[in-house]
Amino acid sequence: MTVSGSPADSASVPHLDVDPFDMKFFADPYPTHQRLREAGPVVYLDKWNVYGVARYAEVHAVLNDPATFCSSRGVGLSDFKKETPWRPPSIILEADPPAHTRTRAVLSKVLSPTVMKQVRDRFAAAAEERVDALLDKRSFDAITDLAEAYPLSIFPDALGLKAEGREHLIPYASVVFNAFGPPNELRQEAIARSAPHQAYVAEQCQRDNLAPGGFGACIHARVDEGEITATEAPLLVRSLLSAGLDTTVNGIGAAVYCLARFPDQWQRLRDDPTLARNAFEEAVRFESPVQTFFRTTTREVELAGVGIGEGEKVLMFLAAANRDPRRWDKPDSYDITRRTSGHVGFGSGIHMCVGQLVARLEGEVMLTALARRIAKIEITGEPKRRFNNTLRGLDSLPVTITPA
Amino acid sequence: MPAIIFIHSDGKSDRVETGEGESAMQAATRHGLDGILAECGGNAMCATCHVYVDASWLARLPDMADDEDALLDGTASERRPTSRLSCQIKFTPELDGLVVKLPERQV
Ligand code: HEM
Ligand code: FES
Repeated sequence: MTVSGSPADSASVPHLDVDPFDMKFFADPYPTHQRLREAGPVVYLDKWNVYGVARYAEVHAVLNDPATFCSSRGVGLSDFKKETPWRPPSIILEADPPAHTRTRAVLSKVLSPTVMKQVRDRFAAAAEERVDALLDKRSFDAITDLAEAYPLSIFPDALGLKAEGREHLIPYASVVFNAFGPPNELRQEAIARSAPHQAYVAEQCQRDNLAPGGFGACIHARVDEGEITATEAPLLVRSLLSAGLDTTVNGIGAAVYCLARFPDQWQRLRDDPTLARNAFEEAVRFESPVQTFFRTTTREVELAGVGIGEGEKVLMFLAAANRDPRRWDKPDSYDITRRTSGHVGFGSGIHMCVGQLVARLEGEVMLTALARRIAKIEITGEPKRRFNNTLRGLDSLPVTITPA
Repeated sequence: MPAIIFIHSDGKSDRVETGEGESAMQAATRHGLDGILAECGGNAMCATCHVYVDASWLARLPDMADDEDALLDGTASERRPTSRLSCQIKFTPELDGLVVKLPERQV
């Protein structure tokens, strides 16, 4: 239902009846992604009254104009100017400059290339251990026993979390990413059950609960330097708890699913394990574990010839941009030697994933360990999808491996 | 057409044509040069577009920002006084003929 004279009518923006948060869409988003891209550079989704961009150029443009397309009114459907957020907003993800600049600088330092050099050996050793355990099993679930087990074996320790209560981490992240979606069943149910997970997370973000030397303690140490306040530090730790685990679970899951489905690419990786890092990066482009984010317009703006009013939500289809044929050669093939630079699986611009180096390190060392020790990965049962308003990934992937 | 000269770690060189507004990283990746990864796509977040700027050109580049300086501490190949991130070198006519050396490794 569109009232005449509303901003959506001011230009020739195509209206689509697509619901990109519907179970049927999640089951196979690709035909709809194509429809969205082909309909025009900017579309309007009547179901949720939002604008949408699905082509690479427009997604990239919106990501790189944070003054016009802001994050402080929420990067989900909910407009924080009109609705109370389900939790206190993130002070990095859901913030604009200049506030964002300060908090971002802190996390950039805590997760810098220099810090990655320090954790690399530990992450690589844990990947070897995980592959040892998998070689003992031979048949296992590549999601639970690999994509989840590996990040769980290193990331909470790297943060400095206590051993107790870690079972809340993935459910908490699942709430966070469902909550960016519209008020559908996924979102409402997730929030309704979130209280115990929220209580756990709030507790773990406190300085006393974080082991010295970990990412969490490093964030709190910035309080002493005057870079953030003592009330901000726990919220920045919360950002790592929200965005640092389930994302890499889905990233590693995506990579394993790709390599199991495309044996020619697995063989190339076997022949040259130094391709592991790019094989992971290409999986992030190809599957886009984080499928979408929203922005809100701060003023009237013209985007690719379409007029958009102030205070409008714009949905960016990162996954569709990552397979836009206008930008990518053979976008629908998984090619571990592709030049992936420029994909938007980690976003782009000032909010581009601050944990990207952690994700790449985990992906690289895991795929390297797999390629060195395993000859073959066979899918032995029907893969089951896990449904989330923002994250794309599997719930289960039964496989059997052959040792090298 | 103005150009940047990229010298590979094995001594071979490539002359890459470029234009105003393009970064040295973009020129290199557009030409498919190995030796520049640019994993973050030019957002100054990854340090995989590291180059050594020829000493005679160094002074002609604008000063680096704090985030570039911090990232250069984490490069895979050693940081030298001539180290820069190529995604932060925006081409201007004065930089025609700029010479940069590629490090051995980016990760
Ligand atoms: C494959 C794994 C990952 C993917 C696909 C991913 C994806 C993304 C994307 C698309 C954004 C941009 C959000 C926006 O523009 O609004 C983002 C931001 C962010 N990511 Fe990641 N991420 C991953 C792993 C991680 C990890 C491991 C961490 C923490 C260690 C992390 C922490 C964050 C944070 C804190 C932000 C907000 C940055 C800001 O607003 O400046 N992510 N991520
Ligand atoms: S391309 Fe990532 S820092 Fe230059």
